Amino acid sequence: MLQKNEDNERQRSFSRRALLLGGAQSLLLAGLAGRMYYLQVIEADRYKTLAEDNRINLRLLPPPRGRIVDRFGLPLASNRQNFRVVLVREHAGDVEMVLKALSQIIDLDDHDYKRVLREVSRKRGFVPVTVRENLTWDEVSRVEVNGPELPGVTIEMGQIRDYPFADSMAHVLGYVAAVAERDLTGEPLLELPGFRIGKNGIEQKYDLALRGSAGTSQIEVNAYGRVIRELSRDEGKRGDELVLTIDGGLQTFTHQRLMAEQSAAAVVMDVENGDVLAMASVPSFDPNAFNIGLTVKQWNDLLNDQLHPLTNKALAGLYAPGSTFKMVVALAALKSGIRPDYKVFCPGYMTLGRSRFHCWKKHGHGWVDMHDAIKHSCDVYFYDVSRKVGVDNIAAMANHFGLGHEVGIDLSGERAGVIPTRDWKLANVGESWQGGETLITAIGQGFVLTTPLQLATMTARLAGGRQVIPRLSRGVRAGTGPTEADGVAPPDFPPLDVPLEHLRVVRDGMDAVSNHPRGTAYRARIEEEGLELAGKTGTAQVRRISMAERAAGVTKNEQLPWRRRDHALFVSFAPVHKPRYCCAVVVEHGGGGSAVAAPIARDILLETQRRDPSGRRSLPIIAPAQIAERG
Amino acid sequence: MPADAFLSTRNPEMTLRQKVWQLNWGMVLLLCLVVAVGIAMLFSAANGSMEPWASRQLMRFGLGAAIMFAAALIDIRLWFRFAYLFYFGSLLLLGAVEVMGDIGMGAQRWIDLGVVRLQPSEMMKVALILALARYFHGVSGEEVGRPTFLLLPIGLALAPAALVLKQPDLGTAGMLLLAAGAMFFCAGVRWWKFALVIVAGLAVMPVAWQFLHDYQKDRVLTFLNPENDPLGAGYHTLQAMIGFGSGAVTGKGFMQGTQSHLNFLPEKQTDFIFTMLAEEFGLVGSLTLLGLYCLLLAYGFAIAFRARNQFARLLALGLTTNLFLYVFINMSMVMGIFPVVGVPLPLVSYGGTVLLTVMASMGLVMSCYIHRDIRISRRGTPEA
Repeated sequence: MLQKNEDNERQRSFSRRALLLGGAQSLLLAGLAGRMYYLQVIEADRYKTLAEDNRINLRLLPPPRGRIVDRFGLPLASNRQNFRVVLVREHAGDVEMVLKALSQIIDLDDHDYKRVLREVSRKRGFVPVTVRENLTWDEVSRVEVNGPELPGVTIEMGQIRDYPFADSMAHVLGYVAAVAERDLTGEPLLELPGFRIGKNGIEQKYDLALRGSAGTSQIEVNAYGRVIRELSRDEGKRGDELVLTIDGGLQTFTHQRLMAEQSAAAVVMDVENGDVLAMASVPSFDPNAFNIGLTVKQWNDLLNDQLHPLTNKALAGLYAPGSTFKMVVALAALKSGIRPDYKVFCPGYMTLGRSRFHCWKKHGHGWVDMHDAIKHSCDVYFYDVSRKVGVDNIAAMANHFGLGHEVGIDLSGERAGVIPTRDWKLANVGESWQGGETLITAIGQGFVLTTPLQLATMTARLAGGRQVIPRLSRGVRAGTGPTEADGVAPPDFPPLDVPLEHLRVVRDGMDAVSNHPRGTAYRARIEEEGLELAGKTGTAQVRRISMAERAAGVTKNEQLPWRRRDHALFVSFAPVHKPRYCCAVVVEHGGGGSAVAAPIARDILLETQRRDPSGRRSLPIIAPAQIAERG
Repeated sequence: MPADAFLSTRNPEMTLRQKVWQLNWGMVLLLCLVVAVGIAMLFSAANGSMEPWASRQLMRFGLGAAIMFAAALIDIRLWFRFAYLFYFGSLLLLGAVEVMGDIGMGAQRWIDLGVVRLQPSEMMKVALILALARYFHGVSGEEVGRPTFLLLPIGLALAPAALVLKQPDLGTAGMLLLAAGAMFFCAGVRWWKFALVIVAGLAVMPVAWQFLHDYQKDRVLTFLNPENDPLGAGYHTLQAMIGFGSGAVTGKGFMQGTQSHLNFLPEKQTDFIFTMLAEEFGLVGSLTLLGLYCLLLAYGFAIAFRARNQFARLLALGLTTNLFLYVFINMSMVMGIFPVVGVPLPLVSYGGTVLLTVMASMGLVMSCYIHRDIRISRRGTPEA
């Protein structure tokens, strides 16, 4: 009984304490319920967002790059399918064995082989590794047929830039290449592996328009980054199609024609609206090679080539204009009041102080007026008038014709050249101007330096009478085709600040150069009725012409090594009585302008007029192209 | 009064049929519901497949049910008699783990008996509670007040806790001590002694910190501030909380949990299975499961209150508290209010030993109910 009482006592004690324990447990469990409420109700939105962030990845879809077409819609740069073999490790099993099997079907060099093994070991098992790009159709079908023996190997399709005109358009178009560190702007598209941007030429200048905007793909990924499925997709906007002023056929012709020379450049322009119809520079390079990736040796060969194939000589090559500069001097003379019938006697030289300045014609031209001086390219006449006009007035006229500064074409790499003035010499050479230098300047030698593009612009202004600025882009066609008729007006340039009579004197002189039997370029005339050209030859000495050298007389050009020979130049426009096209040609170390450059210009202008690109209906465009701004 | 004895449950000597009638079927139903939830979640964890977890868990449940019924029907005096034997057997196995255990998840926890892989530490939880219940049954209320009578039970609790801590398994060691503490408390140990132990514990903590493994320190530090290292040690906690919270009120739907199915959740079929449930069924789901556990615990307490002998009282209370500790530690762990210590959610998490021992312990609780009126003498002989 005692034990029973004691047990009752124990039970009471137990019950008390167990009740306390149960109460404590209940409190703790209620705390758990509160925590559940906190997490799943109060904080639910935050955690929902975090869970979505975990699970959803945005992937950028590179937009197809816009095409570049010529004025008639002929593709100059387009995209073509690029097939590449990719390998997924976790499907391949034994990677080395699969690679070995693959190398018996397609070409795989040792370099590829090692790179793939390296990449495969670095990346996660489900990440595809590119084995080789640019497969031919043949190779693609061989890989497909042998699929069962090649586990984990698939063909993927990408796009690669294609330049059907290859080297004949290389300098104008430029090329695309992989994004370099310094190109990164924070734009995520640029960070996509394999994305390419314009690195030169039009491709660079209009990169933003051509690039388009990236699409996005929302994908669900797991904790290891493996893609589970695509949730949504926005295709983005493909790049705009850029319409150039170039006439593809004429460009090819021009390039071909220049190929006869070692190193030369030519520009063909519409004198009314500044459209550049052709712009060529030889030697050139194949921009398609940059897509695939050049080897170090190929790149170094291009870079170190003495003929500078990578340089667009049409706008980056600097040449003394030689006698092609004389039209500017003549116009400056007319402006300063010298009448066209002002005559100068040319005995074959002119004496200034103790120096004697030779005319190119040893025995002189006799009495010449301005017309004859241009026709015969008489140096003494221009020596004479330049002394009356002064170098600064000549320079002002030259500037008005687009020389001495960048003309402002929509292509980068343009060089300004030099049109000397008294101030310029003081600032850049540190010496004061000497009288003899005015004479040298008057025949386009000495300090004067111009680009073929500037010479073409000068000629266009001369022939058209307007302050044209050359342009390469006519505008864009958004997406794939025109949606409305030609809505963008051609540029309207103000007339030159030169009286028409003055221009006529000079044009007549140029007419005589080509069409008068005694003109310096008569042998390179166009004989077809109505297509005749007017031109001006130029022969620019490469050697630094000292006055002493000039006094000693000219050495025969053919006796010099190639690198020291004169540059041959020719500027011209056609048709002579109703100018529409102009052409400037520079042949490096070509010799005489009349013998070497004039026939090239003649052929090009004849072809230009036969094709008549400005007369034919060109592609309608809907908007002017935007120019990429780069920091 | 034979008729009365037959009708009354007060007759200590019952036939098997009577005992089966006395089985606590409400509790069995609750257990089945909780296990069903677990199997459904394991099915979801395997992306809608019975393999590899759900089917095996189902088989274990069958085995567990057999053990549970056996444990419930076996006379409680038998359990009383074999309590110490069971305790020392478990202690032996626990020692064996030290010598020949497998390394799993960075700690020695399993022992391979050829046929089954056992976690002796799980069995130890039941064994310790049995042993303590038997000890305190034999100690009078007065004796409990004397410190000398507490030395043996303290030793009984500390020995397995030390072995488990050495594995190292912080969670189980803590559970052993807490369950033991609850039994000490309900057996009538004086309040001030608990206060003393708590103060002493706090004083010893800095020293104990030195003995923790680096990963254990990491877990504690991470728990204190999970977001300071979101990709490192805090990753699991953070991802679990994201999964939990993103379930919101109604959840993302069965098998639609993104955190779990895209593998952001660690151990989603074992320790973090509750997170997955919360993600897929929301607050509704998590509260429902919590409610089921509460009912189970309430049954356990009710049985403890109704028992007429101290052994059954303490046994039912200890085992119920043990279940509570599992639930509380696991849930607070996945909800980010407790360090990640590797305690599974009982009856739901995948894992054989835990399921079997928890079901066996529920069987014992039922046995306490069936045999609630049996009186056991101090030394273990029944009296009418």
